[in-house]
Amino acid sequence: MWRFGLAFALVALAPAAHAAGVVGVGSKSFTESYVLAEISAQVLETIADTGVDRRLGLGGTGITYRALVNGRIDVYPEYTGTISRTILKEASRESVEALRAGLGPLGLTISDPLGFENTYALAVRDDVARRLGLERISDLAGHPELRAAFTSGFLERDDGWPGLRRHYGLGLTDVRVIEHALAYQAIAGGAVDVIDVFSTDGRLTRPGLVVLRDDRRFFPTYAAVLLARRDFVEQQPRAWAALERAMVGRIDGQAMAGLNAMADLDGRSVRQTAARFLGREVTDAEERGRMIRELGTLTLQHLGLVAVAVASAVIVGVPLGILAARSTVLGQAELMVVGVLQTIPALALLCFMIPFLGIGTLPALVALSLYALLPIVRSTVTGLATLDRQLMEIADVLGFAGWKRLRRIELPLASVSVLAGVKTAAIWTVGTATLAAFIGGGGYGTLIVRGLALNDVTTILAGAIPAALMALLLHALFEALDRLLIPRGLRLVTGRPT
Amino acid sequence: MITVRRVSKRYGGVVALDDVSLDVAHGTTHVLLGPSGSGKSTLLRIVLGVVVADTGEASIDDVPITPATRRRLVGRVGYVVQEGGLFPHLSVQDNIGLPAETAGWSEPRTSTRVRELAGLVGFDDALLRRYPAELSGGQRQRVGLARALVLDPPVLLLDEPLGALDPIVRADLQSELRRIFSTLGKTVVLVTHDVREAAVLGSTITLLRAGRIVQQGSLDDLARRPAEPFVTEFLGAQAPPPHLKAYF
Repeated sequence: MWRFGLAFALVALAPAAHAAGVVGVGSKSFTESYVLAEISAQVLETIADTGVDRRLGLGGTGITYRALVNGRIDVYPEYTGTISRTILKEASRESVEALRAGLGPLGLTISDPLGFENTYALAVRDDVARRLGLERISDLAGHPELRAAFTSGFLERDDGWPGLRRHYGLGLTDVRVIEHALAYQAIAGGAVDVIDVFSTDGRLTRPGLVVLRDDRRFFPTYAAVLLARRDFVEQQPRAWAALERAMVGRIDGQAMAGLNAMADLDGRSVRQTAARFLGREVTDAEERGRMIRELGTLTLQHLGLVAVAVASAVIVGVPLGILAARSTVLGQAELMVVGVLQTIPALALLCFMIPFLGIGTLPALVALSLYALLPIVRSTVTGLATLDRQLMEIADVLGFAGWKRLRRIELPLASVSVLAGVKTAAIWTVGTATLAAFIGGGGYGTLIVRGLALNDVTTILAGAIPAALMALLLHALFEALDRLLIPRGLRLVTGRPT
Repeated sequence: MITVRRVSKRYGGVVALDDVSLDVAHGTTHVLLGPSGSGKSTLLRIVLGVVVADTGEASIDDVPITPATRRRLVGRVGYVVQEGGLFPHLSVQDNIGLPAETAGWSEPRTSTRVRELAGLVGFDDALLRRYPAELSGGQRQRVGLARALVLDPPVLLLDEPLGALDPIVRADLQSELRRIFSTLGKTVVLVTHDVREAAVLGSTITLLRAGRIVQQGSLDDLARRPAEPFVTEFLGAQAPPPHLKAYF
């Protein structure tokens, strides 16, 4: 049992740090970032001939940048505008040289631009554009009657709608908030006339939309670059050179939009899309085989997360429960703390770990263990507090006290309740462990995060269904474990009406 | 020799025992008789040491019963409760052997003793391996009795030991208890509300009501020289109706 636990722990923790010579490639969790990172990974594997540790879909800028700073990854695709505004917090640094100078003290550097810019843009339906003669954003000023629907980010950011409206003096009155994925349907269906888009969005390669030119240059330019650790660039100059050769200046806006469309709309995987860019072909069969292997790895990771988290929660929770059952004051305080932990949404708890433990498997395990504590502590307390009073009096009279009483009398009698709590905790944890992927903790959630980012239901289900199956299997396993851990005499009692 | 001197006990505003004294001579069986709430169980548990009296004192063989001396009394007092008070997670032989565990006996010694007592209460080996849930009410009661006897304590305290049994098993076990008490020569205090049980088992009876002693003596004393009308009333309530006397 212990050896299994250890094996799980090793499997779960192993990817936490990649071996020397292996390059950690990361990405944020949206299609373009996945595709660019996968291109980098394939360049490293096939041209530079190095090992690659893929850590794709880590999350937003904050988490991905932190992973880079912590050395969990060596390189990921980023945008100049994000580097100046979000990372360096100096919007005035715009040129590549200025950004490199700013990043130097942080131990980071960037490649030259890859060739395309991804900025906010406004798009209108093509028939509306033709009818009203719309080509530039300034043309909108004469048509306040047009109906607009913008994503919430665009509506709030100063470099989004509020600034744009001032800059161009736009008078649109009918402005609503909409989810990005739904905006295209809304405009295609004629429900709205103007939406905000990213300039390299794959859907812009399809007919039906016209992107308005930013004729008074309001939107900041977000040129795509590779953001990397300097120690990686200096220690593996060949690898870095291969990346620059293959990618710098090689991807223009149209090419990027085409790649995004391939991954988003044509049902090609990120890996297939990246291979196509590099002039290679990954067949569907190869892709399926890889998916199955990946599912195997993710299954081990997920099991590892659940096993280690629940085991830690048992090791901590049962003694806490025993302690709480002994003293009312301590018990109340303890249950309150554990209860409050439970009210924190699991995703938030995972994020709280980041400042202390960074990202990856360890913080995910800590958060999952904390989350699994409540049912275990509570069931232990309940089990011990509801022991038959007459039996306890008899234990007194027979001279059972302290550790011996706990081991011989109290814990066996409470075992049904304690195990029920452990079972609940384990099955919950299978579910909450899917969130670990949001902070780079691995497991089935990796597929869910990827599926969400790529708007790909199949990939989401490829993560969600195995997780559900695992919960069912675990349930069955615990039924078997009950037979092993609950004394036979107690099973007889619970199995029969009195 | 069990002595209880002027013991009182309250639970909140409720008087459980009010100035009660008791002497149980060595080798005799003393029955605490009374209706529910009369304080008979509380009195037994004060002797057992699991309830501490507000005032007054109790002792066994001149050792005062206090929380400090409880440990010393563990091997000297056997305790039997209704339904046996068995631990459901332990087999019959483990249940019987429990007192030997705290006394630090060796396996073989415990096992020999358990077998000896199984013989006394009429159990075979197959029954020893069963669990409490697999026993009848009467069998559980016998296990409880055997457990109380493991360390061969001079004192036995029984709290409604036969209360949950059906009448025939109950009558059987009453005779068996009587045999065992007299064979082993124990000093016994037994709590019951059953007059027949008191008559079969007890040499002396203390009749309690609402925490006070109503009368102490033999059944004959209580029947012929009742201290209050309540004595006659209590005994009469459990006697067969006069016109059915012929059937008993």
